[in-house]
Amino acid sequence: MKTWMIVSAYILFAPLLGGLLAGIDRKITARMQGRFGPPVLQPFYDVLKLFEKESVAVNHVQNFYILFFLIGVIFTGCLFFSGGDLLMVIFALTLANIFLILGAYSANSPYSSIGALRELMLMMAYEPMVFLVAIGFYMVTGSFGISNLVQSNKMLLPYLPGIFAGFLYILTIKMRKSPFDLSMSHHAHQEIVKGITTEFSGSTLALIEIAHWYENLFLMGFIFLFFTWTSPWGPVVGVLACLVVYFLEILIDNSFARAKWQYVLSSSWAVAATLGFANVVILQLLQK
Amino acid sequence: MLFPLLAAGLLAIVRNGKLQGFIVRVSALLIASGSILLAVQTFGGRLSIRVESEWLSYGMLALDIAMSVLIVVFAIRRRKPMAAILTLIQTPLLIWFELSNGHGIVIAADMAIDRLAILMALIIGVVGSLICVYTIPYMKEYHHHHPEFKDRTPFFLAMLFVFLSAMFGIVFSNNLVWMYFFWEVTTLCSFLLIGYTQKKEAVDNAFRALVMNLAGGVGFAAAVVYVGMNLHTMELSALIEMGLKGTIVIVPAVLLAFAGLVKAAQMPFSSWLLGAMVAPTPSSALLHSSTMVKAGVFLIIRLAPILSGNIAGLMVAMVGGITFLLASLAAISQTDAKKLLAWSTVANLGLIVACGGIGTYEAVWAGILLIIFHAVSKSLLFLSVGTVEHNIGSRDIEDMHGMVTKLPEMAVMLTIGIAAMFLAPFGMLISKWAALRAFIDSDNVLIVMALVFGSAATLFYWTKWLGKIVAVLGRSARLENHIKKDEWVSLGFHAAIAVGLCFLFPVISNRVIEPYLEGFYGTQIQSVLSAGNTNLVLMMLGMVLLMPIAMYVYVHLQDEKILTAYMSGVNQGDNRGFTDSFGKPKDMYLANWYMDKYLNEKTLSMIGIAASATTLAVVLMMALGGAL
Amino acid sequence: MPFFSKSPWIIHYDGSSCNGCDIEVLACLTPVYDVERFGVINTGNPKHADILLITGSVNEQNKDVIWQIYNQMPHPKVVAAIGICATSGGIFADCYNVLGGVDKVLPVDLYVPGCAARPEAIIDGVVKALGILGEKRKKMVARAKRKKMVTRLKQMKQKGGESHVRKSALSRHDP
Ligand code: SF4
Repeated sequence: MKTWMIVSAYILFAPLLGGLLAGIDRKITARMQGRFGPPVLQPFYDVLKLFEKESVAVNHVQNFYILFFLIGVIFTGCLFFSGGDLLMVIFALTLANIFLILGAYSANSPYSSIGALRELMLMMAYEPMVFLVAIGFYMVTGSFGISNLVQSNKMLLPYLPGIFAGFLYILTIKMRKSPFDLSMSHHAHQEIVKGITTEFSGSTLALIEIAHWYENLFLMGFIFLFFTWTSPWGPVVGVLACLVVYFLEILIDNSFARAKWQYVLSSSWAVAATLGFANVVILQLLQK
Repeated sequence: MLFPLLAAGLLAIVRNGKLQGFIVRVSALLIASGSILLAVQTFGGRLSIRVESEWLSYGMLALDIAMSVLIVVFAIRRRKPMAAILTLIQTPLLIWFELSNGHGIVIAADMAIDRLAILMALIIGVVGSLICVYTIPYMKEYHHHHPEFKDRTPFFLAMLFVFLSAMFGIVFSNNLVWMYFFWEVTTLCSFLLIGYTQKKEAVDNAFRALVMNLAGGVGFAAAVVYVGMNLHTMELSALIEMGLKGTIVIVPAVLLAFAGLVKAAQMPFSSWLLGAMVAPTPSSALLHSSTMVKAGVFLIIRLAPILSGNIAGLMVAMVGGITFLLASLAAISQTDAKKLLAWSTVANLGLIVACGGIGTYEAVWAGILLIIFHAVSKSLLFLSVGTVEHNIGSRDIEDMHGMVTKLPEMAVMLTIGIAAMFLAPFGMLISKWAALRAFIDSDNVLIVMALVFGSAATLFYWTKWLGKIVAVLGRSARLENHIKKDEWVSLGFHAAIAVGLCFLFPVISNRVIEPYLEGFYGTQIQSVLSAGNTNLVLMMLGMVLLMPIAMYVYVHLQDEKILTAYMSGVNQGDNRGFTDSFGKPKDMYLANWYMDKYLNEKTLSMIGIAASATTLAVVLMMALGGAL
Repeated sequence: MPFFSKSPWIIHYDGSSCNGCDIEVLACLTPVYDVERFGVINTGNPKHADILLITGSVNEQNKDVIWQIYNQMPHPKVVAAIGICATSGGIFADCYNVLGGVDKVLPVDLYVPGCAARPEAIIDGVVKALGILGEKRKKMVARAKRKKMVTRLKQMKQKGGESHVRKSALSRHDP
């Protein structure tokens, strides 16, 4: 019963919250650049406007993939917030992302193809680290179940500092922030136009944006898991940590220029192979 | 088991095309239904068969000798001394052993049919015979396209059936000498199949396969002799039981695992399987999916209980892990579809082998599921690529661009195959999930890392291929397709099985794999996959299956305006070309990303070979040193 | 709801400008003018944009490009000519390759004159464009409705049903 409530709350309120976060993000970004910035509700205006536009496409199937991308992301989020299996969450997210990539591929346009390939490369870059997060949780608590992780009797962060740092590193990729926003971005990088979203417009583009909001929210959920424990303070610390991390991402976003793909791939694999690996090894030694 | 042999004999004689097709179809049907019947009949039980006849074992010995003479003749004719030397080591060794010590050993069961054997038999029977059906039209087309090769179709078909029967032999036999015999038969068969075209490259690759597998065979023979002399048994089941009871069986375990690794094309021996690509596609499909390499992993999975937690297991797991990681990376740089499939096979076998090497309950569970799912989807992919090659005249992935518009049927087949190889709700992924957990539980951090990075690479190469296929080419004519009815039957069944298996897997797991494993590990353990997760997987599966229907409805309901793709405003009227800076029209070509500068196949193989060969050498030395 | 007035996304195309106007367009994005206050984003992609800002005149080489970019923008859309070159060809009007202002190839909705057009004027132009966008949107909705009615009518006719609705009543407003 309780899970159902959480899940429906997620489906209903996640886009609102995600959109709000995005608005705050834009405002803070503007302030960091010495500008006044758009209204906080700007992301909602954008999305609502997109729904009012004419629907155009390169072919009849491309928008369909995006529909499945959105469904996939929502499904992943539900899985996450209903306390499902962390590995299943990762797999479901991968599936959803693949729909996005296939949509961009199917448009068969130069810019969206480059965007799709880059997105795919980014997935390859962050996937190992995401798995290591799940593995780290499992090694500490003995379970992949998110419902069990939330109820752990200690904060998990002290056991997983390396993995947390690694996750922060790839979180920049997942949140599409500079320097790792290779496949598309919210900024004026235009060397590949709008990358993976180039051929999507109007309501389809709005769906991508909404999916992104849903996604951001459960990415924050990952951060939350690192910090929370069973005490009234646990969730508070968790939410605070999420906000701090979000702010950190905005800061990173504004202080770096886009990196080359070689750097993104090699550095995120290196982070996973050093920080993540070291953390896992130490955990294993501790447990013996 | 003997029936395929009969079919082979018939096929070798019959030259008439129609009759040939008829025999193949009927015998394929009989083999498939026979193996299903066998599965239903003996379901759950363990059947042991003892054959008490002297002449049978002498007969096998004679055939062994005949085979090695054949190999020596081939070797001399083509001037490849290695093969001759290897076969001259093992056969006399075995003869000597049979004649001196072999007699005294009492054998309780020459053949044993348990759940694992039945599963394997189902794979071989069903997938194998579907491949045979596919072969009939394929070979006709093949010789049509390649008039330079001599048409030896009857021989080819016969070899396929001999292969199948040898595989049945391997999975059913419990007597190591028998198993060894069938083992060598598959080696010889694969040699003959790879060298089918008799081009120089084919012959070279065939000999490479032969030499490597014979080396594995030497390991097998040594293991047989060792087991017979020191442990006074000839039975695999007895060997495993001894190992579980605490007898030291490390030496035979290492030797047998070595043979298994070679057959499963693990690094450093992976090159034989990659070289096997020169053969006509059905034989590649057969080698890669249901037979040959599966014999290797089957042996390792069989041995898993005695590999668990010792140095032999560590060796196997390490080699598997290294192979999985490097082969996955190497697959990224492949443009040749068959080559990519080959690397992916090597990688997946690596994973299975690693599961066997870890040898815990969960790991073996994952390993067996991987065998099943991999067999079906890989075979589907190979056959699809074969058909595509005949239709578009190339098997380059770049040429498969826009397949959805050109050859929609084949695009669907390929998509099912690819999705089944790596996407979320399909079986491979579930098994991978279980494997990951098993690896963590057994504290093998290095292998966990290999799995994690390898999976990421896997994701990359499959998705970019899929992307090529789904690209929609505007105004591109649909190609006329020449897919024959037999090919359709085979492909259709494959696809249906690939999808159906995903729904069936909880049943397979509960009814077949878990009882089998409980025999070794005691009866406690709860299901590897919890009920909640099973439901989730089924839900996702439902979602994915709904997709085509939803897509159809969606596409027909929609009325978006269709525009050209954005090309900075210089399209040439459609999405196929643009105006260049000199004002001239130019065709657009979208290439995929292969990263071959960074993930060079040769470099990666070198690293893999060095790493795995070192592991192997160290462990072999330690095991043998300890024994002597 | 006219959300267009709150989120006008632009695409900027440089015809054959001397770069003076381009610099002023981009200056609008800087902290001094900060057009993002009004939700303006420079998208660089016609498929996402609502307003096409063109600087510089149209010439033989870019006329097709401008036409294609315009065509790839989904409705409703507004074209704004920025600077005197884009308005009439300006000082380049007599060049052998120059056709003249943007209105030689596209239906221009508003002109922002000046050499170079000042950022304030450009912002003013964009704000004017918002009003036009809103109106176009209204027309678009009306047209879509009418189209729906026509198709329904056709279906009814095919069924052999009521054809007593006068066709001219529906087609009166058709462009
Ligand atoms: S109007 Fe003046 S500043 Fe603008 S492009 Fe023309 S010449 Fe340059």
